[in-house]
Amino acid sequence: MLRFLLGRLAVLIPTFIGVSIIAFSFIRLLPGDPVALLSGERVMSPERHAQISHELGFDRPMITQYLDYLGGVLSGDFGTSIVTKSSILDQFFVLFPATVELSVCAIILAIVLGIPAGIFAAIKRGTLFDQTIMGTALVGYSMPIFWWGLLLIILFSGILQWTPVSGRISLMYFFPPVTGFMLIDSLLSGQSGAFKSAVSHLLLPTIVLSTIPLAVIARQTRSAMLEVLGEDYVRTARAKGLSPFRVIGVHALRNAMIPVVTTIGLQVGVLLAGAILTETIFSWPGIGKWMVDSVFRRDYPVIQGGLLLIAGIIMVVNLIVDLLYGLINPRIRR
Amino acid sequence: MIRKLTFAAALMAATVLSSAASAKTFVYCSEGSPEGFDPGLYTSGTTFDAAAHTVYNRLLEFKPGTTETEPGLAESWEISDDGLQYTFKLRPGVKFQTTEFFTPTRDLNADDVIFSFERQFKADNPWHQYVAGAAWEYFNGMGFPDLISSIEKVDDMTVKFTLKEKEAPFLANVAMPFASIMSKEYADKLAADGKMNQLNQMPLGTGPFAFVAYQQDAVIRYKANPDYWNGKQKIDDLVFAITTDAAVRYQKLKAGECHLMPFPNAADVEAMKADPNLKVVEQEGLNIAYLAYNTTQAPFDKVEVRKALNMAINKQAIVDAVFQGAATPAKNPIPPTMWSYNDAIQDDKYDPEASKKMLEEAGVKDLSMKVWAMPVARPYMLNARRAAELIQSDFEKVGVKVEVVSYEWAEYLERSKAKDRDGAVILGWTGDNGDPDNFLHTLLGCDAVGGNNRAQWCNEEFNKLVVQAKTTSDQAERAKLYEQAQEVFKREAPWATLDHSLSVVPMRKEVEGFHQSPLGDFAFEGVDLAE
Repeated sequence: MLRFLLGRLAVLIPTFIGVSIIAFSFIRLLPGDPVALLSGERVMSPERHAQISHELGFDRPMITQYLDYLGGVLSGDFGTSIVTKSSILDQFFVLFPATVELSVCAIILAIVLGIPAGIFAAIKRGTLFDQTIMGTALVGYSMPIFWWGLLLIILFSGILQWTPVSGRISLMYFFPPVTGFMLIDSLLSGQSGAFKSAVSHLLLPTIVLSTIPLAVIARQTRSAMLEVLGEDYVRTARAKGLSPFRVIGVHALRNAMIPVVTTIGLQVGVLLAGAILTETIFSWPGIGKWMVDSVFRRDYPVIQGGLLLIAGIIMVVNLIVDLLYGLINPRIRR
Repeated sequence: MIRKLTFAAALMAATVLSSAASAKTFVYCSEGSPEGFDPGLYTSGTTFDAAAHTVYNRLLEFKPGTTETEPGLAESWEISDDGLQYTFKLRPGVKFQTTEFFTPTRDLNADDVIFSFERQFKADNPWHQYVAGAAWEYFNGMGFPDLISSIEKVDDMTVKFTLKEKEAPFLANVAMPFASIMSKEYADKLAADGKMNQLNQMPLGTGPFAFVAYQQDAVIRYKANPDYWNGKQKIDDLVFAITTDAAVRYQKLKAGECHLMPFPNAADVEAMKADPNLKVVEQEGLNIAYLAYNTTQAPFDKVEVRKALNMAINKQAIVDAVFQGAATPAKNPIPPTMWSYNDAIQDDKYDPEASKKMLEEAGVKDLSMKVWAMPVARPYMLNARRAAELIQSDFEKVGVKVEVVSYEWAEYLERSKAKDRDGAVILGWTGDNGDPDNFLHTLLGCDAVGGNNRAQWCNEEFNKLVVQAKTTSDQAERAKLYEQAQEVFKREAPWATLDHSLSVVPMRKEVEGFHQSPLGDFAFEGVDLAE
């Protein structure tokens, strides 16, 4: 197990360096000059442009800039935003809990609904039930998130007025963040109604963000189940006279879960990508929106620092999934 | 369970506004996060709305809803006979805000004014580089480093600015957000505590609203400043609910989650006007879109040719196609909301037949030309490509062949400046300080040829008028000069003036006392909510 763990960790290092190079260079490939953008539509004189570029260190050779950035990251300094002038790590820790809260709720919803839907579709293979579930999953998978989010807002917030339109909590509640997780902070605040308000604000974004992972998990569970249900040991279990619940719930499901767990792990990346759009629609102050704004402002330090932090988290989650995978399926460890 | 919760949420959402109204909380669905809270560091309107118009004041202020200035923190001022010295007498008894993070011990005085300006231009001022790469872009963009010779404290309540040359727009410039007056006492405290960065995060000024808290990308909270020199506000709390998507802002406005929103989608405006809970105000923005001929190149060096082409353009069609009506055709190079706008001027009539005849008379035959279309959408021109195509078909009707060209934005700005440029350029301008000089001299003066003057047009008569106006202190006199300058402009036609886009502001019916600013600001001093 230790060897397996060390092996996985060894792979992380080149991946991390690769991501840092991509984060650093891709943003510089985009047309648009961060220094010129600072002056908006006003034309900046070439002398001032040169002076500010120098102050921000953009006039140094690329390789020096990159090594500086890498050196900073290794010593825990992710730099300072050239727009807001505040520390990138500080901003990240303010915004990240919002994204985590939303993503965790979304993935829980996706698992809770997706796995049973997949199992039943597999058991009832070929029936109307199966076709309905798989058809819905396909629609969910192909849904443009932006459109879907807006549609839900117009229906539930606009017409039915069941849920608030956007934000994390009603503006009448105001308390300093403790953990950054609104569900927890609203309980800690002791203000009555705050928790309910936080939950009601979470509903629509959670549904929107979970749509794609839900569809993927349902489809993956169904196909894994179908494969496993045809295996010899399932037939044996049935022949032994075990109850259908035991056959499916214990013998089949445990084996079918292996690819599903991998899929769920991979959804973390999908969630973060989906969060960019979901957060924008629902004015959810998370890292997705932060990244998009920074790209528009060509805020190089934020983009390269933020991307690295996000990639680091995805890598860690995938590592954990790999380890879990190893626990479920001992063969992998060899 | 979920159903129960959503009903609870519905109930709550419905009560938000009513409870907000009893506490008099005004919620503004702002379009984005401020970059920071030091208005000197930034150039975007979003940042100015969040910092400059709430927390701070300036020596002079723009009269709500106009581009004219009025006394602000300066109660009065004197201009020396040579026009080089401006002496501002400060308003006595102006208190800085008392907040949870700072309690001031003294009132506003000359030190605060000097600090607010010196940090922007004296490289040896400890605050000049208090954040990395502080560009002080507006201070530099308005030419202050070359304009200001010195700022002196005459006494505790008097400050004297000495300029290197005459500059009548100076008074309008010191009313701009970058010239906001900060507390030196607060800054000194931050410096002593080693927390200079906080000046850009937790602002403290003399303005109508005191800063309470900012949750990044989510909410900014202010409370009314009880010591405000211009009277306490009628609302108790001001909240900016940051909502980047225009369609979502509209839903929030409809649901009563906010009282006022900026920048609606053009497609939603009709429905907003029809909604009995909402009202919509609109006016021309402080902008102009134009087609600039190169007046140094034949045949565009002839006035008759330029006039004839102007008469061939169907501006209304451009406004309809590009803005769906959210703009007005322009006849002058400055917008109608600006003082000195000459409304007596008659626009060149859209008349393709007359245009064709005039071209023939000018001896122009088989003319083919380029029309440059900007690659980006700007407030004054949402789709330059579409506008260029309409102009192309208009010109074809009078026998002029047009090739539409475009370049990457930075390249476009650079290449279009060239004196030997080939073709007419679509471009525009959004004003900074509401002063006509900022349009007429900046865009059409002889100094700007090879730069902002894309028509490469140096007309002696026009230039004399705008230079004289720039160095005249009396506003009525200046207005006359600018009115004459607009006549010369119309007669000489260096541009085809295309449009002024409208700024549309939807709000809840109960909002009172909001003045739509021609400068594009969203300022909430004096707003109220009807019971």
